[in-house]
Amino acid sequence: MQLSINGKSYNVDADPDMPLLWALRDIIGLTGTKFGCGIAMCGACTVHVNGEPRRSCSLPIKLIDEHSEITTIEGIGTPDKMNAVQEAWVEHQVAQCGFCQSGQIMTATTLLAKIPDPTDEDIDRAMSGNICRCGTYPRIRAAIHTAAAKLRDA
Amino acid sequence: MGKVLRRTFLIGSAAVAGGVAIGYWQVSKPYPNPLNNTLKDGETALTPYVIVAQDGVTIVSPRSEMGQGVRTTLAALVAEELDIDLTDVNVIMGPASKAYYNAVLLEEAAGKAATDTSAGAERARAVTHVISKLMATQTTGGSSSVPDAFDRMRLAGAAARIVLVKAAAKRLGVDAASLTTENGHVIAANGARIAYTDLASEAADIKPPSKPDLKPQDQWRILGRSLDRIDMVEKSTGVAQFGIDVRLRDMVFATVRTNPHLGAGVKSYDASAAERRTDVLKVIDVQDGVAVIAKNTWSAFRAAEDIAIEWEDAPYPPSTSMMIDGVRAAFDDKPDSRLRDDGNVESTIENANMIETEYAVPYLAHSCMEPMNATALLKDGRLDIWTGTQTPTRCVTVGAKITGLKESDVHVHTTYLGGGFGRRSETDYVEQAVEAAKAMEGTAVKLTWTREEDTCHDMYRPLSLAKFRGAIKDGAPQVYDMRVAASAAVIDAFSRQGMNINIADPTIVQNAWDNPYTIDNYRVYGYKAPKMLPVGYWRSVGASQNAFFQESAIDEMAHAAGKDPVKFRLDMLEHEPSHRVLERVAEMAKWGRPLGRDKGRGVAFFLSFGVPTAQIIDVSMTDQGLRIDHVYAACDVGTALDPRNIEAQIQSGVIYGLTAAITGEITVEDGVVEQTNFHNYDAMRMYQVPAIEVATLENGEKIRGIGEPGTPPAAPALANAIFAATGKRIRELPLKHQINFV
Repeated sequence: MQLSINGKSYNVDADPDMPLLWALRDIIGLTGTKFGCGIAMCGACTVHVNGEPRRSCSLPIKLIDEHSEITTIEGIGTPDKMNAVQEAWVEHQVAQCGFCQSGQIMTATTLLAKIPDPTDEDIDRAMSGNICRCGTYPRIRAAIHTAAAKLRDA
Repeated sequence: MGKVLRRTFLIGSAAVAGGVAIGYWQVSKPYPNPLNNTLKDGETALTPYVIVAQDGVTIVSPRSEMGQGVRTTLAALVAEELDIDLTDVNVIMGPASKAYYNAVLLEEAAGKAATDTSAGAERARAVTHVISKLMATQTTGGSSSVPDAFDRMRLAGAAARIVLVKAAAKRLGVDAASLTTENGHVIAANGARIAYTDLASEAADIKPPSKPDLKPQDQWRILGRSLDRIDMVEKSTGVAQFGIDVRLRDMVFATVRTNPHLGAGVKSYDASAAERRTDVLKVIDVQDGVAVIAKNTWSAFRAAEDIAIEWEDAPYPPSTSMMIDGVRAAFDDKPDSRLRDDGNVESTIENANMIETEYAVPYLAHSCMEPMNATALLKDGRLDIWTGTQTPTRCVTVGAKITGLKESDVHVHTTYLGGGFGRRSETDYVEQAVEAAKAMEGTAVKLTWTREEDTCHDMYRPLSLAKFRGAIKDGAPQVYDMRVAASAAVIDAFSRQGMNINIADPTIVQNAWDNPYTIDNYRVYGYKAPKMLPVGYWRSVGASQNAFFQESAIDEMAHAAGKDPVKFRLDMLEHEPSHRVLERVAEMAKWGRPLGRDKGRGVAFFLSFGVPTAQIIDVSMTDQGLRIDHVYAACDVGTALDPRNIEAQIQSGVIYGLTAAITGEITVEDGVVEQTNFHNYDAMRMYQVPAIEVATLENGEKIRGIGEPGTPPAAPALANAIFAATGKRIRELPLKHQINFV
């Protein structure tokens, strides 16, 4: 089947029940999206489908139509050209082990697309599906505020 | 730095100089320089910590990066002395090698209090350094990376710099003393600049000095500052490679199902349904279970569920309540350790106020964000392993053992670790990947655990019980008698490495006996419970439970004495750095200012891994439940190399500790761990996490690591805050059973 990921079209030969996460990681080779729990409880696998945050570990590829646009962490910025959220992550030195951060950044990016000036409560509500076992939450919160300011000024 | 430490580190620098300072080796010759084998033409290995080549300077930072920032901090040690900016060097983990053994990991086994810096204590620690060298394990853990590397890696950088200056002096025909260095260049008196990289091949002929001078601290320009972590951009863009991300040509994917009765084997299994699946390549036996090898991970997961397996019975009591009975029974045996026995706790003190209490903490899982995984390829008489491990040299050992290859034919590539917390000092998942690679010789196999396998097959923080007796008279503590019982984590961990040691287990009473409170009659005994669930090293190890026991008991004594809990503790803290840490946290929190209704605050002090750490937690009772409003933390690391990273580690340690205190609990029914995934073994989430303010002090006797000391005080500070807010004294974790949280 055809999947449109980060603006590129991929022909994916896989069981239609396969979750998008494993198609991304094992078949296509985009490993920035992480496996954490497999039951949509931790948020490490968060991607955007048509701009909405989705848990790719629990989204079978058969439910994604060919017109849907999938964006992964690799699609929102690169080391040479980070997006505003990623820049804020670096500015606040958020990541520790870093394993959950792709998912955190993908969730934060959609939060800011919807609420350009989020309160702490907005951030708590949007981010509480994303676990970080290193406990980078205080810096994530600060980085989201910084990213919001960057995006408003842009 | 003390004399003994300095001499020890010179031994280290002799090793990295490739045998130059053999005279300093007290046990044997240095281990071979692991990088000599991999150098290309034009590269000169100055030391195992630095490679200067024509195309760049590389620093080897040989400890596993699991979030604690070690790759950056250790590289900065070399860069400071080498005189080169971190942004201008390439930093690598380096190959698994005995030359990168951790010298100070076993220091606590010397049985000396961290605050004891007497010559006798230093001699006892020096003995453990020799044992460490003989074992030659490259291990990351025990908050030991910075103390281990502090002199060794700076000396490596300094030696490299001197060699480069001498090479330049030879080329220019001038006296080396006329040359200076500046960010990767040697500078001549006339202002001419020669890049280090340009001197690479000439530097090969110059013998490094065995005792280079180190910069005085006031001349540091990299250390002591908050650095941008070298892994930050990679980890913010999805580019950083964890074990689970390894991709090799034509690789296949695997998973395991092992006996949920931990440590027991397989009676029989029927894999026919799994084998009929089109994407499944093979089902093989592994230790205590089966592995499925398939064309992708998801197919392996599904096929593994299809295997009907009859398991052997659990080799331990089948339920948590029976395990608690098993631990409790240990109090009836003779003590396993008697590390502290001052005065006479049995003496009768007239008119004293006596306290007798019991405390309990459960088993805990590590719950790393990245489930256990490893990739292995066995081909042409060579085994390669790619994995996130805290112990690369152990991976070499198990790889060689399983394949029958020589250790020199086993190559371990350590990736970033998606969390370690002690879990990745075990090699079970690596052994399984090697078994799978053996069954698929010639093809690379990546073996990944499900979250369920990860939660149910851990080496847990031990379930632990404490019995406390205290006496207070005239507002002051007279007797402190703490007895702690738990299964033996060190003995269990060593037995998994095939070593059966019979010692008093130091983790049962870890940091319970050597905290610096001055109480005349002070006793701490440990009691060894039988092995039940497998137990191991969980962030801060024994300190994780012993801080809860100690600081709950001290708080109860303060309350019974009618004393302010901070003042009560300060009066017993003659150890100056500890005293100042507690004073500082009280200032930060404005301890003593009135709180509003339905609010409370609690304090805890604990010295672990040599770091005195104090925390104050403010809580509120709300309609939605108890809310944590603010955490204040102060610690003393002796010398702070990277203040912003230390802040991150304390915040991390606090949240790890609070998560465990509030919800963390592994329970067993019918011999099976009942928790399986984040829905029933959750982590603290954004909305529950307060602001965490951190102060770092530098009054301590020695430089210390900071990955663990933030964790132990969190649970008692919270429990003490709950007592202050509600009058409810909670003596068993997790707290969620007795109080609702937001």
